[in-house]
Amino acid sequence: MKQSRRDFLKTAGILGAGLAGLAPKKALAAPKNVLSDDRMGVLVDTTLCIGCRRCEYACKVAHDLPSDPIESYNDRSVFAQKRRPDPSALTVVNEFENPVAGRASINVKTQCRHCDYPACVSACIVGAFSKQENGAVIWDEGKCIGCRYCMVACPFQVPTFEYEKALQPEIRKCDFCFKRTGEGKIPACVEICPMEVMKYGKRHELVELAHQRIKDNPGRYIDRVYGEYEVGGTSWLYLASKEFEKLDFPELGPDPAPGASESLQHAIFAYFVPPISLFALLGGIMWISKRGKESEEE
Amino acid sequence: MNLAIKAEPLKFKFFTPGVIVLSLLVLNGLVFAFFRFVLGIGAVTNLSQEYPWGIWIGIDVAAGVALAAGGFTTAALGHIFHREEYHLITRPALLTAMLGYTFVALGVVMDLGRYYNIWHVMIFWNGNSVLFEVGICVMAYLSVLYIEFLPLVTERFMGRVNLPGLFARFNKGIDRFLRFLDGGLNRAMFFFIILGVVLSCLHQSSLGTLMMIAGPKIHPLWQTPIAPLLFLLSAISVGFPMVIMESMLASRSFGLKPEMHVLSKLARFIGPLLAVYLAFKIGDMVIRETFVYLTDLNLQTTMFLIEVVVGFVIPLRIFLDRKALKSPFWIFLASVLVVFGVLLNRFNNFVIAYKPPVEAAAYFPSIGEISITVGFIALEVLLYRLFVRVFPIIGQPDLSHRPRTKFAIRGTQEIED
Repeated sequence: MKQSRRDFLKTAGILGAGLAGLAPKKALAAPKNVLSDDRMGVLVDTTLCIGCRRCEYACKVAHDLPSDPIESYNDRSVFAQKRRPDPSALTVVNEFENPVAGRASINVKTQCRHCDYPACVSACIVGAFSKQENGAVIWDEGKCIGCRYCMVACPFQVPTFEYEKALQPEIRKCDFCFKRTGEGKIPACVEICPMEVMKYGKRHELVELAHQRIKDNPGRYIDRVYGEYEVGGTSWLYLASKEFEKLDFPELGPDPAPGASESLQHAIFAYFVPPISLFALLGGIMWISKRGKESEEE
Repeated sequence: MNLAIKAEPLKFKFFTPGVIVLSLLVLNGLVFAFFRFVLGIGAVTNLSQEYPWGIWIGIDVAAGVALAAGGFTTAALGHIFHREEYHLITRPALLTAMLGYTFVALGVVMDLGRYYNIWHVMIFWNGNSVLFEVGICVMAYLSVLYIEFLPLVTERFMGRVNLPGLFARFNKGIDRFLRFLDGGLNRAMFFFIILGVVLSCLHQSSLGTLMMIAGPKIHPLWQTPIAPLLFLLSAISVGFPMVIMESMLASRSFGLKPEMHVLSKLARFIGPLLAVYLAFKIGDMVIRETFVYLTDLNLQTTMFLIEVVVGFVIPLRIFLDRKALKSPFWIFLASVLVVFGVLLNRFNNFVIAYKPPVEAAAYFPSIGEISITVGFIALEVLLYRLFVRVFPIIGQPDLSHRPRTKFAIRGTQEIED
């Protein structure tokens, strides 16, 4: 059977138009990613933390995770090793040596930083992550396919995966107590802290507060608010008496993690122009090379 | 019957010692796959909270996609640039691509925590996600590959539908359906061939964009803004070497003469393609001054050097040698090296280059991960062997008659029978 040139153009035209029609739909498809001016944050003053780990306890209770009784958290032997959040503990406190001899050791609470430009929200193949108005980055169980690209993308290595579950494994991470804050409460860890290490408030006010504290106590803090600019800024901000890199904070630049990949991605798919142009170009080559062969034979 | 290539189902003894070894490897992989689905990913892999991706992504998926590039590169050469002398190799390449991508999909299913939700990708779109683009393109391309393969099915069974017993009454209907399909495919095939090449260019390059979002977690030797270009160029470079390697292995296995008259000509393209790739790879290294990392000797720099020197520089030297192009030994060796180089490149990009921001025990694939990966490869080889027996895939050229169809993917124009 032979294909006439007219057939070729006709089919190409119809199918090409169909493909082009998909373009605007795709450009709009993206998960909720709001950067509200009034988004909330938490300022963590690590110089106040005594390592009582009440926050770990409160977090488990608030998220219905199994927990040992609160007294067991007085055990300081867990600090012998550096711990990371995992599916059964969304926040953990680690202990670091104090550079000033004789001073108490430094304790640092870690959990999701709730980035202003979250890598996980950009990366997730099905848009299961979203950035909410109040600053929380949360995960939608109903969409997740368990690919773990969020874990690859996260600059803080925060999302964790339930490797031991064969069915419905979850991605687990701090959700900024999204349910509690929705009910008007404050995050569980902030509420329980006996030393008032954490302050929950509007992020822009916390940034000011952090700089004020550094100004008022220049000997107490190093002059840096971690999270103010890192990867475009995070909801959780940290003050410390020691260089952050020595406290296991990753060294990150000011550019948002998703920046480069998203712009490249959007350039390749700008209204489907590049793929359709490539299609047209290849179609043209096919047509011409076939014509060349035919006239050669005639 | 005018035939450019008379591709026929091959006849040979299926069970050989090699096939038995492959079958055992498949069984071994199946055992671990069973445990993966019953006990979870943690039970069979060494993946951790710090290393979420291992060899299933680095080799089964990333390298699998790259090594299936023979499908779109030969389709472009044979059908779009209309070089009929290469039609002989388009069918084996198409079969490899089809099987290759099928196993990429199976590899993804192994790795997904909620594999049964894979259809979510088609519903919940995230246009910002590189993985979404890769996923959609791979799904679409896999469908295109099945469509491109259909003409071989119709060619094989048109006029030969002969179901036994009770089912015999459907013979006529199925045959009519096949003829209808064949006619439609003939008209539309050009569209799918071009679409296949476009989709391939898209996702082959996007695979390179995938690790960009991991930022400083990826070693600077691999973390580059031109990663998508490097991925596309290396995929195009590995297409023909893969076809050559397979063709020569198949010829040997099935007791045919290697198709040197085509393969030597095909090999001429590889040198320049490798040169372009290396120019970008090394140019990128010079411009970003990442060569400074080569002075510290560690796993990552060692793997980088092996990848570039063994996988690209040495085969480039061989392919640029006119005499070597005529020698089955040299083009086979050089092709194997390129295949190795691209496989290692993907593995390096996704596994070796990845370093979590916090200290963690290093990742090394578990017996289970290796068993499943090896099992998949063994099963792919077995299926290839089976397919060339059933379908007209491998053949001898007959250049005295040239078909005048534009899209002679079927190789034949009319079926006698």
